[in-house]
Formats: sequence, structure tokens, C-alpha cells
Amino acid sequence: MTDIATYNFAYLDEQTKRMIRRAILKGIAIPGYQVPFASREMPMPYGWGTGGVQVTASIIGPDDVLKVIDQGADDTTNAVSIRAFFKKVAKVAVTTETAKATIIQTRHRIPEQPLTAGQVLVFQVPIPEPLRFLEPRETETRKMHALEEYGLMHVKLYEDIARHGRIATTYAYPVKVEGRYVMDPSPTPKFDNPKMHRSPALQLFGAGREKRIYAVPPFTGVVSLDFEDHPFEVQTFDQPCALCGAENVYLDEVILDDHGGHMFVCSDTDHCEKRRGDPTSSSWGDRAEGAGGADGQSSPSSTPIPALRADPPHNGEGKEAE
Amino acid sequence: MTDEPLLRVSALSKFYGSRVGCENVTFDLWPGEVLAVVGESGSGKTTLLNCLSTRLLPSSGTASYRMRDGQWRELYRMSEAERRFLMRTDWGFVHQNPADGLRMTVSAGANVGERLMAVGDRHYGRIRATAVDWLSRVEIDEDRIDDEPRAFSGGMRQRLQIARNLVTGPRLVFMDEPTGGLDVSVQARLLDLLRRLVTDLGLAAIVVTHDLAVARLLSQRMMVMKDGRVVESGLTDRVLDDPRAPYTQLLVSSILQV
Repeated sequence: MTDIATYNFAYLDEQTKRMIRRAILKGIAIPGYQVPFASREMPMPYGWGTGGVQVTASIIGPDDVLKVIDQGADDTTNAVSIRAFFKKVAKVAVTTETAKATIIQTRHRIPEQPLTAGQVLVFQVPIPEPLRFLEPRETETRKMHALEEYGLMHVKLYEDIARHGRIATTYAYPVKVEGRYVMDPSPTPKFDNPKMHRSPALQLFGAGREKRIYAVPPFTGVVSLDFEDHPFEVQTFDQPCALCGAENVYLDEVILDDHGGHMFVCSDTDHCEKRRGDPTSSSWGDRAEGAGGADGQSSPSSTPIPALRADPPHNGEGKEAE
Repeated sequence: MTDEPLLRVSALSKFYGSRVGCENVTFDLWPGEVLAVVGESGSGKTTLLNCLSTRLLPSSGTASYRMRDGQWRELYRMSEAERRFLMRTDWGFVHQNPADGLRMTVSAGANVGERLMAVGDRHYGRIRATAVDWLSRVEIDEDRIDDEPRAFSGGMRQRLQIARNLVTGPRLVFMDEPTGGLDVSVQARLLDLLRRLVTDLGLAAIVVTHDLAVARLLSQRMMVMKDGRVVESGLTDRVLDDPRAPYTQLLVSSILQV
């Protein structure tokens, strides 16, 4: 392992981590407020989680256990490579089990298993400004946040109802944090919004390209915006997961063949495997927890259902996913 | 009309470096009164309007506004939050170019409803009903409510802009050349509409225009500006029928007779 001696612990230099920790502390002190920070170049392109990786790098310690999910799955490219990255530069233990992780970096999902106090959820955020598509001027949106002028956010929801008869926003659904700042919960499905409300875990959001960090401290109120006569509601699925039979979880549609065959399966792979008591799941997890070695070589043949190992379809319909 | 004015402007000046925007403008505006500011381009009308609507800060002078609770407030000492709140509740601003005052990418209904949502209305059905009502008041068909203003003609856009401004029941509306760029028949209908709304709602308005006919139709009182100064002011009919200042006489005699 002499080759990694050239890296500082967790890749970033100590001054940078200090700067990011300051931004994180400020974010925690002002829930939902977007704190600018001097985002660094990371050894990955923008759009692949540079913000989340910098946040994780700044808070991770040698005793932490890291889990990385991408659209709920532990075994997709983004998740595998970020996990491998931290295993290499911080030599931390990694896991796929939600309960065992102390830090969970996520791209667009919150695990189905409720998080507990002491866990930290790090979101990768593409566009931190919820008002961006309504008001393109950054100077103006900052002023709107400062003066709490959030009427415009409801204009978007109004447009949804006028066009579709209901609030058609299904991801990046705007929330109000602790009765003050309107925040973009990153492009998670709105299904996950209620999980943010008064969560015992600390939730941190990092946007690398946009150079913003924000946070929701534990047990903070997170309320999804809505109208009195069109209240907020989450997606429902009319069938359970095709693999584990779970209900009231977020499902991904998996295409099976070219003849319209498809099935709906849990987007949270760890949750699904746990429920099925899948033996490959635990062995896979153990393998992943071993220090060093190339991770992410999980072979599709190791699981009985090949479709599950395919990349689940992305939820961020048409929007640049990050 | 009450005994107290709505707006008191005293010795207002705005300089752009050494150049004069407007200088030493003093007047009172009463509730329900329409004041026209006329003059050639570059005479400082728009600068004055922007100062009054707090879009620009003047170099010197004061302006006080009587709030709904009867309190007098000095406009340029209010915090930005208060000014912006005033701007979207008790005031309106009708731009010459509707694209400046509308959100071109959201529907007409949302354009009208935005101010309601900004002051805290969170009931979709009610917001929509109000939008429908206001669209009919400005003679826009109800079935255009979900269309974007981009699909509207110039006259319709201007009427939509007026509806968007009046929906919160403001007491004072600023208008910058509200009929500019419209053809005469559309202009005539818009003026009819404005006159009716202003009378029905008891609005006070400050209308900047270079069109003396618009001023005559809409306003009770008039200020004539030249090179940033007010050269003459008085009742509209008096100023137009019996102009005293040489510049006003020139202005009035320059109207084309058809």
C-alpha cells in the first residue's frame, strides 16, 4: 500500500477539510441555508457527486463505516467507484448495510430502513437553488431567500395543478426547513421527503459545481410545500416489490426483455436483499467490508436474478442527474 | 377624496454624476387621483417614476407614503423587505414593455396569482377563481388562463400585466407609457379599461406618458417636465387648454391634428 502514502487522509488536504467543515457547521447552524464554499477539483467529473464526496471526505474518520448508494442501489457505477475511492484514500471500512453505516453518501434516495441518531446522510446535489428555474438571477434568488419571499415557489406548484390537475413534481420537491428556508432536497423522489422530517440522522448536502453546502440537523422540521386544497402526497405503487414483496417502499421499473416485459423492484437494494435473506447479499457485504482490493467487481452471475444487477432506470426524468 | 394625501414628494432630485435626471420635484398625490407626467423623451419622467417607486434611490429629497394603517412612512428610509412588500401589495407597476412586468414562461393564471401566493394565499381553488375573475375584468377569455403570455398579443399582454398588478387591490399604481407600442384601436380599448378600473377601484395612479391624449383621457392633474424640471403643473384640462409655460405651449401645439 505504499502507493497511497502520497494521498492525505481522505484525499483532501487538511486546510480544505477545515474550510468545508466550517461551511458544514454554518449550514447546520442555519438549517436549509445554502453556504458557499470553495469547491475543489476532485478526481471525477462534475455531475458524479463531487459535492457529496468533498463533504464525506471532510467528515470521515478512520473509525467510520461508509455506505454509498446511487438511486438506492449499492452496486451501480457511481456507488461502487466512490466506495472504492474512500477505501483507497481513507482506508475506511465500507458496507452496504444501512444499519452498520455511520456515513451514507447518497445520490437521490434515502434508505428505506429508518436512520438512527449518530448516522450522517450526505446528499449529492446537482442544483441547490430551488428557485433556479423560476428566477435565473442568483442575486435575486439570494435576496428572495433573505427576505423569505417564497410566493414564486408556489407559482411552480400552481402551474403543475393547472396543467396536470395535480402537483406533478415527483422529485426535487421543494421543502421548507424549520419554517424558514425553502430548500431543494436534491433530486430524491418526493416519496423520501417525509423521511427527512425530524430525522434523527444529520443530513448534509453538497453541490460541487455550484459550490454550495447546506444541512438539515437532526430532529429538524422539513415540510413539503403544497396547497390547502391540493395537499402533498407521496407516490404509491399498486403492486409490491416483485422480488421481496415489500409494500410502501419506492420501486424501480426494470425492463426484462424487448417485448414489454418489466417488473417493479425495490430501488433500495440493501433493503430488498435483507428482506429476501439473500445469502449472496451478506457474502457480498462481507467482501465489500474487507480493506483494500478492488471493490465493485460484483459479478451479475452471483445473483439469481440478473435483472436486479442491471442499472435501475434513473428517476431524474430528463433532468441532469448528479 | 380624503383630506390627507396618499403620497408627499418634496424636493426630489436624482443626478447621474453631473447630469440631471430630475431636479427639485415637489407634489402631493391624493387617494383616487390620477396624475400624468408628460414631457419629451429625456425629460426625466421615467427617472422620476423609478425614484417614486423606489426602483431607484434619489440623490436628495424625500417622499412619504401613507400606509393602510394611516401611518406616514418615509419611502427611502424603509428597509428593502418593507419596500418590496409594499411593491407587491399596496402598489403596482405597469411597465411599457409587458415582458418586463410579466413572467413570460408561466401561464396567465399563475401570473395573476403570483401576488396572491406571495402574500400567503395557499388555496389553489381560490387563487384560480380570483385569476378567472381578473382575466374577465381585463377582457381576456377564461379559456386562455393556462396559456403563456408569449402566446398573447401585445394588447392582451398589457391587459394581463394590469390584472397581475391589481389583483391585490393596490392603492397606488405606477404606469410607464402603458399604451406605448399599441395600435390606436387597441390603445383606445386599453384606455377605456384603465379608466373604468381606476374609477371603480378608486386607484391613485402616476402615469408617465409622452402622449397628451392619453394624459387627457386618464388624468385629473398633470405635470409637464423639461430637462429634469417641472415647468408647469395643474389640472389636466387647464394645462392642455391654456398652457402657460412656453414649453407647454410648444408641446400642445405640436399635437398632430387629423
